[in-house]
Amino acid sequence: MSTETGSRDRILARIRAAVADAPDAPEAARDYLDSHTPDDPAAILDLLHENLADYRAIVHRASEAELPALVAQLLADRGARSVAVPDGLPAAWLAAADADQRTDDGPLSPYELDAVDAVVTGCALAIAETGTIVLDAGPGQGRRALTLVPDLHICVVRTPDQVVASVPQAMPRLDPTRPLTWISGPSATSDIELDRVEGVHGPRTLEVVLLQD
Amino acid sequence: MSGTYLGMPSFPKAAKDAVHNVTLRANLRHATHTIRDKRAKAVAELDDWALLREAGKQIKDHTLRHLDRHLEQLESAVTAAGGTVHWAADAEEANRIVAGLVKATGESEVVKVKSMATQEIGLNEALEAEGISAYETDLAELIVQLGEDLPSHILVPAIHRNRGEIRDIFEQRMESWGRPAPDGLSDSPAELAEAARLHLREKFLRAKVGISGANFMVAETGTLVVFESEGNGRMCLTLPETLISVVGIEKTVPTWRDLEVFLQTLPRSSTAERMNPYTSMWTGTADADGPRTFHLVLLDNGRTDALADEVGRQALRCIRCSACLNVCPVYERAGGHAYGSVYPGPIGAILSPQLRGIQSEIDASLPYASSLCGACYEVCPVAIDIPEVLVHLREKVADQGGKGHRLEKAAIKAAGWILDHPAALAAGEKAASKTRGLHPRKPPGAGAWTADRELPELPAQSFRDWWKKNRT
Repeated sequence: MSTETGSRDRILARIRAAVADAPDAPEAARDYLDSHTPDDPAAILDLLHENLADYRAIVHRASEAELPALVAQLLADRGARSVAVPDGLPAAWLAAADADQRTDDGPLSPYELDAVDAVVTGCALAIAETGTIVLDAGPGQGRRALTLVPDLHICVVRTPDQVVASVPQAMPRLDPTRPLTWISGPSATSDIELDRVEGVHGPRTLEVVLLQD
Repeated sequence: MSGTYLGMPSFPKAAKDAVHNVTLRANLRHATHTIRDKRAKAVAELDDWALLREAGKQIKDHTLRHLDRHLEQLESAVTAAGGTVHWAADAEEANRIVAGLVKATGESEVVKVKSMATQEIGLNEALEAEGISAYETDLAELIVQLGEDLPSHILVPAIHRNRGEIRDIFEQRMESWGRPAPDGLSDSPAELAEAARLHLREKFLRAKVGISGANFMVAETGTLVVFESEGNGRMCLTLPETLISVVGIEKTVPTWRDLEVFLQTLPRSSTAERMNPYTSMWTGTADADGPRTFHLVLLDNGRTDALADEVGRQALRCIRCSACLNVCPVYERAGGHAYGSVYPGPIGAILSPQLRGIQSEIDASLPYASSLCGACYEVCPVAIDIPEVLVHLREKVADQGGKGHRLEKAAIKAAGWILDHPAALAAGEKAASKTRGLHPRKPPGAGAWTADRELPELPAQSFRDWWKKNRT
């Protein structure tokens, strides 16, 4: 431990000596744009839809009343017989589904999660310009492993209140003390001849439902 | 992994072999051209790219100027959030800390997120010497590890391999590391990715210790950030009970808001995407979500030496996007291994000699591994003037002397004298023109220069004689 304390002091002293004569560096200017998109909720929603789809997420739109049937259909279409249910997920969302519902109050071990076919969650927010969904482990989202190990992730985004245009608009709405996962399309790799292949270790299928009031 | 960069020949020697490897050149050309075209499109989508680039540069410069303060703030924020912070002055100390932390868990294997810092310090080899197996889980790193090869690109370490070579590596080597490759594996990228998924999943599910680096650390909040695509990073960051992150001290940014700049510039510059598929952010430990124990190892390993160099310190702004590699005509032909470091390409040519010093043959040769065309500076999302640093480092290498540089110095001194004495210059020119038929094509002692170049023929008449005859 004493060597480590020594290293801490040594590194900090070396930094101070290294920049002692350096010119002052002011705080960064932030004259970049807050958004690249017109401030129109319908256009922002369309852009989100387009960008999610561009990275091979499958996008649906539904009303609150249509949602249970849609979720049931999506699970059935993929042959999902079991579904992980995060704490705080509205019960109505899975009310019409036949799949066996696995709550996480054990909590589910990695092996148990690996045996689950799908997961249904909400989100913290979605970013239109980049086609990104952000999860913050809040109610209806569960811990990070839930949206990672099962092969199918169905994510419901409440529009327009959970949709922002850009990354700069997303930052003040997120709480950095929570574990955050930013998801832009399903798992993918470009490591083989830079050919993009979907589905390596995360869910191979990402279905996003844009829930409209 | 048995591969090591230690004892690599100087860049010109290593590059000479690489440029004659036809497969390597074809793989590299295909990959670098594909990504540079895509990147240009992704960047063109943002009208304010130049402003984002300038903001990124300023944020990093501000961070580096006050790095002591930001690191202390980071340390208290991480500690307050339930993490433990360690400081490592060099590679040896970092490896010792990590090995000790792994041993304290009682485990003998770890899963790893792709990380330049742990490559730089040779962590896998150090853990192996302590009886700990470290499994690389990024697809490209897996290819490199199974093939007992060395990474050749910052972002796509197996860029020098094509699909056929990858299939062969999986078929021959997966079995000795765990689940074998499926029978009849083809060379389609989808099948190869699936083979990696099956091979690694058993390791993820049983892993108790994960090791990562980080793309950014936020001083204000103690948040660490990892950008990735495959989900292997998420697996390593959330399933194990213990997480150890080894991060260079220069990866700090002061505020949470600063991330908004790099979340826009890093994915577009590196993989040419609007956003990479997965970004994970964690602050210390969270109740019942992810590892219950979190250790952050802050790594110096030469960074404070680079910081002390007023021209060279800008290399510490680097966010490891690798855009400079993909546009570099030298990297495209010489390949990543020739740079003899985990940091290849233009950024490697300025970073490695600063982190390691310029005493070795390879490090002294790296500032010359460039045509100074400037393409690297143009694409850099934090505006590192790589050509400026290259020239600055060349000056340092020349100052330290050595055979070639003594000759060069003597030649420059002679040229200086003769240019100061016009009569001697005129006489010399006249004599040189008269005897031009006798000049050797390759003058003795200039082999390093003439090996790949033709010596220009002297004209029959000097310019001054021509001027006298035609213009006066």
